[in-house]
Amino acid sequence: MHNLWELISKPDNIPIVGLLFLVIGYTWWAFHKALKNDRQGYLDEARLNEKIQVWPNLVRVEFLAALFVMVILLFWSFLIDAPLEAAANPTLTPNPSKAPWYFLGLQEMLVYFDPWIAGVVMPSIIIVGLMAIPYIDVNEKGNGYYTFKERKFAIITYCVGFLILWVALIILGTFWRGPGWYFFFPWQEWDTHRVVALTNVDFTELFGIHTRFADNSLNPLAVAIGTIIILGYYSLAGLFWLKRKNTEILKKLGFAKYNITAFLFLTMAALPIKMFLRIGFNVKYILVTPWFNI
Amino acid sequence: MLKIREKLQQSEVWKSIFRHNYQDTNRNRALQIVDNVFLHLHPVRIQRHATNVGFTWGMGGITFLLFIILTITGVILMFYYRPASEYAYEDMKYLMNDVAFGPLIRNMHRWAAHAMVITVMLHMFRVFLTGSYKPPRQFNWVVGVLLLVLTLLLSFTGYLLPWDQLAIWAVTVGTNMARATPLLGHEGPFGAALGMRIDNDVRFVLLGGTQVGPPTLLRFYVGHCIFLPLIASIFMIVHFWRIRKDGGISGPTSTTKE
Repeated sequence: MHNLWELISKPDNIPIVGLLFLVIGYTWWAFHKALKNDRQGYLDEARLNEKIQVWPNLVRVEFLAALFVMVILLFWSFLIDAPLEAAANPTLTPNPSKAPWYFLGLQEMLVYFDPWIAGVVMPSIIIVGLMAIPYIDVNEKGNGYYTFKERKFAIITYCVGFLILWVALIILGTFWRGPGWYFFFPWQEWDTHRVVALTNVDFTELFGIHTRFADNSLNPLAVAIGTIIILGYYSLAGLFWLKRKNTEILKKLGFAKYNITAFLFLTMAALPIKMFLRIGFNVKYILVTPWFNI
Repeated sequence: MLKIREKLQQSEVWKSIFRHNYQDTNRNRALQIVDNVFLHLHPVRIQRHATNVGFTWGMGGITFLLFIILTITGVILMFYYRPASEYAYEDMKYLMNDVAFGPLIRNMHRWAAHAMVITVMLHMFRVFLTGSYKPPRQFNWVVGVLLLVLTLLLSFTGYLLPWDQLAIWAVTVGTNMARATPLLGHEGPFGAALGMRIDNDVRFVLLGGTQVGPPTLLRFYVGHCIFLPLIASIFMIVHFWRIRKDGGISGPTSTTKE
């Protein structure tokens, strides 16, 4: 229990505890409003559409919000000092070395993917994918009000991405990861000498096909199977297109937008799939090549 | 007393500063917004639901407020801080122990920075859930994503400046990723084949060296205090301007053509 308190009360972790409650609260609130709008058949937002003067109606709200935020910030700053540890020492690596909290989701991803995917490709795809959202979401409904039933796919996808793959991984990285980035329960003491046997295998090895021969050269069969799995995974998008291209929604999307959406969706889904394979079956790589591994 | 007041309000100086009186009329309410350089960011009239905190969560505005707080406290901190590895940590110790209100200013800067990352994410969450990125606001969402990235970069570059163990190792972990950049990192796919070494790849450019060291401190300092805030301000101007041009805060009825 001692460790739990130490983690929660660490000055830099307090925002994460705050984030947890804020995210849960706002998610509940947004869904409450969305389901209410869906149920009652009219929009609360549309009922409040009369024009009012910005002064004082909006300026007052802004002033109160600013006051509220500054009071909280001032109290927070009076009560808790920002951390200042020992002077920088490049020869002394702390264990665990953690990135700033907002990047812990990416650091957690390093367990499941090589750095070029987790640290470079995935963040780039996240940024580009977020920017692409307005252009690939062709559903005109749900513009400017809370709703769930009119945009189920969009809202579920975003919530899984933000709440689970981003926020939950930050929480996991902060409270459940200890020395050596090993898994510790938050209330468990961190054992810096913990040794965990490396039992990772590559995906094909689950079926007895070794990635490398005894002389360490790559097994072409394993490479071929890995390539087929990766290409097959992304060609699921094509199969789905062939099967459902006459549905209204895919017609509206069109071929190009559909493929971008499907690529982003499958890439996002690859993270939980790889997490499942890694945690459940100790799978390290699906595809091993001389240049990169996936 | 009243007479003096009246005289004062009739004077040329007073009139040159305050363009209208404060009687509660709609005209004065409008002038209050239009005649004020800061408030005229707002329209004169808006729909009632746009003032509803339950709808907007106020997160965009709070993010902007935190940016202003960060700018002010940041400038104060700059008076006490030298971005050189011999001085940086000593200056932090000095600030935390001997400067009047030093800890308060630094704490406010750090906690506001953390809070800003949270409010940016929540603002984005709200904008998504209300579908406010839909036409005509698509491009403003893109600007918003850029502002999110800039916020994270600002926070990350600031993380290094205390020059303590927490700072250099968090930044070491973060920037080590750049080694693995495909094509441009010396440990990334095809990097070595393209001639990338530890002393010429993208990470080297970022750090100004092969590890987090004095040149990194200076780079991150300049980026944190000048380059990134400047870029973020420019994008913020565009972001706010576009809100007005796209018909104000989104709503079920305001999205129809103006």
